[in-house]
Amino acid sequence: MYSYSEFDDAFLRERVAQFRAQVGRRIDGSLTEEEFRPLRLMNGLYLQLHAYMLRVAIPYGTLSATQMRQLAMIADRWDKGYGHFTTRQNIQFNWPQLRDVPDMLQALADVGMHAIQTSGNTIRNVTADHFAGAAADEIEDPRPVAELLRQWSTDHPEFQFLPRKFKIAITGAPNDRAVTRAHDIGLRMVRNDRGEPGFEVIVGGGLGRTPMIGQTIRDFLPKAELLPYLEAILSAYNLMGRRDNKYKARIKITVFENGLDAFKGEVDDTYARLRPGFSGFDQEMLSEIAGHFAPPVFRVAPTDGYDAARRADPVFRSWTDTNLAAHKADGYAIVSISLKKQGATPGDATSDQMRVMADLAERYGHDELRISHEQNVILPHVHKSDLPAIYAALLGADLATANIGLISDIIACPGMDYCSLATARSIPIAQDIATRFDELGLEQAIGPLKIKISGCINACGHHHVGHIGILGLDRAGVENYQITLGGDHTETAAIGEKTGPGFAADAIVPAIERLVTGYLDLRAGPDETFLETYRRLGAAPFKAMLYDTEASDAA
Amino acid sequence: MSRAYIPKVVTANHLIAGDSVWLTADDRWSPVMTEAELIDDEAHAAIRLLFAQHQKAVVVGAYLADARMGTHGPEPVHFREAFRTRGPSNYPHGKQADIRNV
Repeated sequence: MYSYSEFDDAFLRERVAQFRAQVGRRIDGSLTEEEFRPLRLMNGLYLQLHAYMLRVAIPYGTLSATQMRQLAMIADRWDKGYGHFTTRQNIQFNWPQLRDVPDMLQALADVGMHAIQTSGNTIRNVTADHFAGAAADEIEDPRPVAELLRQWSTDHPEFQFLPRKFKIAITGAPNDRAVTRAHDIGLRMVRNDRGEPGFEVIVGGGLGRTPMIGQTIRDFLPKAELLPYLEAILSAYNLMGRRDNKYKARIKITVFENGLDAFKGEVDDTYARLRPGFSGFDQEMLSEIAGHFAPPVFRVAPTDGYDAARRADPVFRSWTDTNLAAHKADGYAIVSISLKKQGATPGDATSDQMRVMADLAERYGHDELRISHEQNVILPHVHKSDLPAIYAALLGADLATANIGLISDIIACPGMDYCSLATARSIPIAQDIATRFDELGLEQAIGPLKIKISGCINACGHHHVGHIGILGLDRAGVENYQITLGGDHTETAAIGEKTGPGFAADAIVPAIERLVTGYLDLRAGPDETFLETYRRLGAAPFKAMLYDTEASDAA
Repeated sequence: MSRAYIPKVVTANHLIAGDSVWLTADDRWSPVMTEAELIDDEAHAAIRLLFAQHQKAVVVGAYLADARMGTHGPEPVHFREAFRTRGPSNYPHGKQADIRNV
């Protein structure tokens, strides 16, 4: 893992000291809110419905045990004993008091973390495949590049006042777990004809008000050209992006309005100008950073105990069937810890749970934890012989839910329970759907199904790319939920289609139930997923499930 | 003829704690909406909002919210304002926990 240099540490401490003085001046009245607001946003501090909210970056989703314990300490000392993990690999504290925030930032700096550029029209936290460095299907660990991008983008003087916020995601694997096609820039590692690794560069993706799937601007960019090329994209966008209308200011609109070819022309011209300035220093930095991400020394040990435990305990077997992914090292597995217990708030972990996960990472997981954009926690490097002990510890901490990728593993934004931008609540809908399908006992039979819920059009809950997407709206002063179907967040990304009129809060769970039980009747066999059935049959039969039944009920 | 004016309360977030507060008739900021001044005159509402917006060292983001008179005092009209009077629905946090005598 990357550890901060003296430069990094000094930079952070200076930023904390600056912010401490700014908060002091706000409280004593020397700064107005208009003056203070951009300063607090630069440091990740929002004012929400009921309280301030501090958004802390977890760069490329990677945490050490020490860092996770510090998040737990912060939650206990200055918040209400829990944190909320988000779809952009951040953690949010929902209840800080303004005067405590400098101390919280200081505590973060003590473990090499910060909240810089988690807001504002800047390059935000660079997100990555949560299985990076561990996945069996990976070409290379993308995190050294992600860390280089973090260092390059943090306080980059040219990119502090972009037309709008800017989100970069990166994956080193062909199976896209980082939603790269829905980011301002998506980077997918690929190999060229000579077998050398490089990046497919995707621009102009994004969800929100105008959802768009990103377009490929370079099929293959050699690794050594990545930083100057990204700087060229940002420079072109900084000049071409619209500043007259915030709804048309994201790069997806710049690319769409100018066309990919014209935008690429600008990028190529800028690149030609910038390239000579990159004399190789970035590659030296990358190589130094890569040293921090050397894979752990994997041990070679028998897995007989694991196999025996699977045979002996069907509940353990079910958890391993659902929550493990293939690791690149023999005898190892990637463990996903679900933060989606049926009826709980998606993405929330208590401080006690954070400490349990930190302990497990330290004892069994080479001191590494990951946060997924799907709001779960990952132990990326676990030897299978340790799985029975890990499972037992997770059971004791109420963290052993076996539902990764299933209907109750729902992404949900905070919605109107916390967010001042929201138009409706998300969390209670997620809780009710998960609870209902748990009662029905259908979760395993339904199989892979992604439900994603946003409480407003900004789409933090990624509803556009959910197999079933739910968007909460305010319709004449009443919460109303619109359904989209057929979205896909992977390398075959697609934006879901609206089905028709929305549903009231008390009608949305029955509507989802009709969709899912209807799918079970229509699927070609138990192996055909919801998305596959939808793609085979189209929207019509699903719309009939949603609306014909309702009409006959009303009749 | 102009439509009937929907009564208003002046509301904001407290500068330090960040929680919802409402402006009372005697110029206090109360954490309880039922203590708010219910304003049924548009011109008076504008004056009260200006007063609130000048309390820069006390509150943030003052605005007028629709309200109606209830049993114990002003009540919210819109669900967003209702949430602000009690807190989130997933945990007993916020006002629903802080203010037990309401």
